[in-house]
Amino acid sequence: MTLTLVEIIALSILGIAVLLSLLRLLLGPAAPDRVVAADTLSVITTSGLVVLAALLGSPLYLDVALIYGTLSFVGVVAIARAIEGNGS
Amino acid sequence: MNTPTNEATDGTLAHGVFLFLLLFTLWLLLTGSLDPAELIAGAMVALAVTLISRPHLNIFTGLRLTPSAILPFLSYLGLFLVELIRANLDMARRVLTPSLPLQPALVEVKTELQSPLGRLILANSITLTPGTLTVDVLEDRLVIHWVEVPPGLTIEDATRSITGKFERHLKGFVK
Amino acid sequence: MRLLADIVLLVGAVFTLLGALGLLRMPDVYNRIQAGTKAVTLGALSLILGIGLLYPQWWSKLLVIALLILVTNPLGSSTIARALLIAGVKPWTKTPTTAVKERES
Repeated sequence: MTLTLVEIIALSILGIAVLLSLLRLLLGPAAPDRVVAADTLSVITTSGLVVLAALLGSPLYLDVALIYGTLSFVGVVAIARAIEGNGS
Repeated sequence: MNTPTNEATDGTLAHGVFLFLLLFTLWLLLTGSLDPAELIAGAMVALAVTLISRPHLNIFTGLRLTPSAILPFLSYLGLFLVELIRANLDMARRVLTPSLPLQPALVEVKTELQSPLGRLILANSITLTPGTLTVDVLEDRLVIHWVEVPPGLTIEDATRSITGKFERHLKGFVK
Repeated sequence: MRLLADIVLLVGAVFTLLGALGLLRMPDVYNRIQAGTKAVTLGALSLILGIGLLYPQWWSKLLVIALLILVTNPLGSSTIARALLIAGVKPWTKTPTTAVKERES
């Protein structure tokens, strides 16, 4: 589909948000900060996949978003369990 | 997993029916078609999953499945949406203020909700409301990270201002 | 309809950006979780609503994705926060608190 100006602006803002989260992922400073950044990034990616589905006009990407969201949640819980184990 | 004598966690036939309807609705939403073949397949899968998982899945037994639960549920949803938007405006204000107005601390609040489901919904609601993040649930107490704690706060004050407004509605549809 | 969808999409993108900005600016990991979770959840919901307005025929799957994010995102954040507290990460604070001490004992 052809994009309107507002949509291009919205996509650019979303891109900046991804870059900022990546910056936190790189800066750290500690592992937990990176985990939080990765968690946030995965949610942004999930909504990004929904936007991508609309851009390409293909509902197939909605299924990808659904599975991606589910798996990233499981991943976050697994990492959280690992952090917990290190402390006690 | 559950003992037949424990009424609080055992649930009733109604909870089994609820689980079946929930799974069937999920199937309908995911397939997005009302084709008879899809409906039959969905009903069979939902029934099979319900029969297999119901004896081990106790989370939904916290639900009150009575007609009088509908009104509190709807008013809770409304309150939740308003609080979610308020939380974001509040967070936006903090993030955009150059001096970062923060006075964070961990506080503990008490909850009157007994069931794990009730505490789960309450904890999630608190996480998505202005300035609060549920960190841990210890029995009937919730440990909460609060970005701006008013000075001179007692457990009772904190309970009233954080959980009070949600609990009032939640009590209507979860135990 | 297109204009309304665009505005909702723009709001969603702005909230997502604010969440990422909070992630960058906040002084400690607990506050970062707060900023990240809240703003990004509402941002994602707005983006999904906007797409729903553009493609009404996708409503059922979009609803499932929205519910998934609404349930799992705060839950995941709480799980991380709890793990950090158990692992002994102290929250950045101006006054000492009782809850941390209790957890340690």
